[in-house]
Amino acid sequence: MPRATLLDPQGEAVERALHALGFGEVGRVRMGKHLVLDVKAGSREEALARAREMCDRLLANPVIEDYDLAVEGGTA
Amino acid sequence: MQRVAVIVFPGSNCDAETIAAARQAGSDAYRVWHRDTDLQRPDVVILPGGFSYGDYLRAGAIARFSPVMAAVTEHARAGGAVLGICNGFQILCEAGLLPGGLMRNARLRFLSRLVRVRVEATDTPFTCGYEPGAVLEVPIAHGEGRYVVDARTAAELEAGGRVVWRYAGENPNGSTNAIAGVSSRGRNVVGIMPHPERRNAPVLGGEDGARVFLSMEARYATQHAVDLRAVGDRHLRV
Repeated sequence: MPRATLLDPQGEAVERALHALGFGEVGRVRMGKHLVLDVKAGSREEALARAREMCDRLLANPVIEDYDLAVEGGTA
Repeated sequence: MQRVAVIVFPGSNCDAETIAAARQAGSDAYRVWHRDTDLQRPDVVILPGGFSYGDYLRAGAIARFSPVMAAVTEHARAGGAVLGICNGFQILCEAGLLPGGLMRNARLRFLSRLVRVRVEATDTPFTCGYEPGAVLEVPIAHGEGRYVVDARTAAELEAGGRVVWRYAGENPNGSTNAIAGVSSRGRNVVGIMPHPERRNAPVLGGEDGARVFLSMEARYATQHAVDLRAVGDRHLRV
């Protein structure tokens, strides 16, 4: 996601479009990216730690973006 | 004569003009493919404009991990001159060689047109041939050209004289403090969003960008007390 303090023109454009369609209850819209990764890991914690490393090195740019991580599923 | 390495990434598309502009200024300019790890002993490295890796993920985010970037970083850390133009600027920010980052233009549209910029710093290898405060007409061509830094870094850049070019009059992309180009603390790494290589000869509509390339040679001329060059009716300030 673009950092909260930075202008997000895409989010604003979506916000205006929603208002124009009558969804007046919508407040601020922020628009980012959603990446889904299949990861082999021994545990959820390990998967999270590796994903965090991926975010810090490549997937997110901390100068302009914030990110959140979630582990879903998990198969043996 | 300066040896100028122009790095070519998959998706770079301003390398030919950049090499032509550097040669026009008297430099020995050559291409280096992004998979190469040897820059062939350059004096100057230029990262040209384009859309490296299709701007996937973020502009410059993937290019910064190209094999050649280790050598570029080493060259920069050793005080070597590095210029990033447009996508090259984005790559230098992603690589951490320049502060800040570049985001979608404030009004979202891709902008391809002339803008005016004021030369704010003439103590870099790429602007030493300009008069301080000179206003130039140069083209921009970018969708993600809004330079952003946090307030503290912006204050540092301003106080340190590291804003190299600033949009004059209209700020086309909504960048912080109307910044169009910045330098590293050591002044040797410079990133600019406008394209000086597209504006270096009368046949291109103007030559306000020529001195970016002539500056590299002028600096060399100063160091080695050899030839000076003239652009239009003016001689370079050296």
